[in-house]
Amino acid sequence: MEPATQPPIYGLMAEFATGEALLDATQRASNAGYRQMDAYSPVPVEGIAEAIGFKTKLPWGVFCGGLTGAVFGMGLQYWASVIYYPMNIGGRPMFSIPSFIPVTFETTVLFSALTAVFGMIILNKLPTPYHPVFNVQGFDRASTDRYFLAIEATDPKFNRQRTWEFLESLKPENLAEVPH
Amino acid sequence: MLNDTQTEPTTLPTQRGAQLVTVNEVPATLDQTNFPVLGKGAKDFESVTEKISGLVLRKGVTKGWVVGFGIAFMLLMLFLYAVTVLFVDGIGIWGINVPVAWGFDIVNFVWWIGIGHAGTLISAILLLLRQDWRTSINRFAEAMTLFAVACAGMFPILHLGRPQLFYWLLPYYPNTMALLPQFRSPLLWDVFAVSTYGTVSLLFWFVGLIPDLASLRDRATTRGKQMIYGALSLGWRGSAIHWKRYTTIYMILAGLSTPLVLSVHTVVSFDFAVSQIPGWHATIFPPYFVAGAIFSGFAMVLTLGIPLRKYYGLEDYITPRHLNNMAKVMLATGLIVVYGYSQEAFMGWYSGAEYEKYMIWNRMTGPYAPAYWALIFCNGVVPQLLWMRKFRTHTVWLWCISIVVNVGMWLERYVIIAISLHRDFVPSAWGYYNPTFFDWATYIGTMGLFLTLFFLFIRFLPVIAVSEVRELVHIEHAKHGHH
Repeated sequence: MEPATQPPIYGLMAEFATGEALLDATQRASNAGYRQMDAYSPVPVEGIAEAIGFKTKLPWGVFCGGLTGAVFGMGLQYWASVIYYPMNIGGRPMFSIPSFIPVTFETTVLFSALTAVFGMIILNKLPTPYHPVFNVQGFDRASTDRYFLAIEATDPKFNRQRTWEFLESLKPENLAEVPH
Repeated sequence: MLNDTQTEPTTLPTQRGAQLVTVNEVPATLDQTNFPVLGKGAKDFESVTEKISGLVLRKGVTKGWVVGFGIAFMLLMLFLYAVTVLFVDGIGIWGINVPVAWGFDIVNFVWWIGIGHAGTLISAILLLLRQDWRTSINRFAEAMTLFAVACAGMFPILHLGRPQLFYWLLPYYPNTMALLPQFRSPLLWDVFAVSTYGTVSLLFWFVGLIPDLASLRDRATTRGKQMIYGALSLGWRGSAIHWKRYTTIYMILAGLSTPLVLSVHTVVSFDFAVSQIPGWHATIFPPYFVAGAIFSGFAMVLTLGIPLRKYYGLEDYITPRHLNNMAKVMLATGLIVVYGYSQEAFMGWYSGAEYEKYMIWNRMTGPYAPAYWALIFCNGVVPQLLWMRKFRTHTVWLWCISIVVNVGMWLERYVIIAISLHRDFVPSAWGYYNPTFFDWATYIGTMGLFLTLFFLFIRFLPVIAVSEVRELVHIEHAKHGHH
């Protein structure tokens, strides 16, 4: 059973023909005070994430991942060559830093890349096989040549009537309710 | 084409996550003297998406595909046969023996891993350098990288003698032998470099595919295809928040892949350069190997791309601009490689060291001299044709040159590995290396593996990065004022 507090619809969705129109509409929606919204486009539109007030800290996550990789790589080699099984190889010091650089570099890159990709997938909550926006007729063109702006019902300013009128004032190609 | 200087600077969405760029930054003269990046057929988002996803979503297969796949599959069976015999009888079936303990297996390993480098160069380095023409070739070049790394990875493992124990190469847990790999050895560095390279290439390729898989899902007409492409696309819906994270990490991956790809062939060259064998022990090896890798990789991109373009009608996407530019990269890296050869010869003489001198003399006049001179012909002489524009844009000529370069780069590794080893320091330890049937069968068999994977790829996945070409179409339109 659905919780009683869930709004009756997911939100309202307007369709636009170009990325410029979508960016403009998103900025106006933001100026009008809407915060819970998302735009959908076949190509990334520069500036749109900023217009809906979204910033990502993922690069810092990747940096931390890389740092972990570097410490892990060098640590593993130090532990193996100095602590666990010290062995004299051609008279080199036990902790032979230059020889340990390649592996440290590779683990740094590996951990960074894994953090980047899985960070993106997890923070984007993918995989999401079902999402309400897929219910809108014509949304399949969001992966070809159409641009969509959805204002979600969870937005405090959301009002089925007034938000509909607001979106209509943006002169979209189409306007639809998004059922759950 | 309009004169850009008369139009107002327009702000455009740029390639994957780059900063804003204004059109006026592009000098008008560049566009006028060069071929266009995209042909007339790639005119809007709809036609681009339709064309490329149409290649995947159409029913059945073409006769040409069946023939090509059939040949590739037969070669793959040859590979399975050669490997089965290897597993049963051991590596005695190969021609390697002391003093030439590294033969075809290592030659082919280096050859394949080098081929992979062009894919990463195109997808990462050219992205960071904002070379917009990379967009239509990066997807299949990345696929080529993955499949080449898969082929390359086979050889060291098959060469182990006990391939079932390949995991001894890695520090693993629980380790009942209380022994760990030797971290001061370049061979161990190679394990880390190649496995990291394979993993990161796979991630980069898959991340690039996600929006295109969503396009395929939305255009698929049968339930089965919708389910499969829907699952593979992870339910991508083109959300602005998702795109933001996506473009951010795509640029980060490009930034990570750039030093990674340079490190991989550097580490491969350490396998030789860190040893004391004359002909291997040279400080020029890392840059010379990296240049050679890019040289052979671009040759392979052309070898695959020219037929692909013709048989799949992709002339609007892989244009003379691409052929011209790739030929120029080949020419430039080819010259670096030739410089490497000249330095090997110079150092052989200049070092004054008896064994170094003998090594280069033996290369040029010894029993393997034909291989050396064929290498000079393939890599040093033939690519000079690319100075002429006619050869850079003529598909048949360019394809033939790319094959010659592929052969030449294989010979280079053969010359470096086999010739340097076969005459040991003491004449009593001299030997001669002759590849056997199984050496050839394993080598040609990996070509079967490579081509089988490639044929499956061009049938079931988009060969061109649809979403990135859409961005390019957008930029081109704004640039030329059709918008």
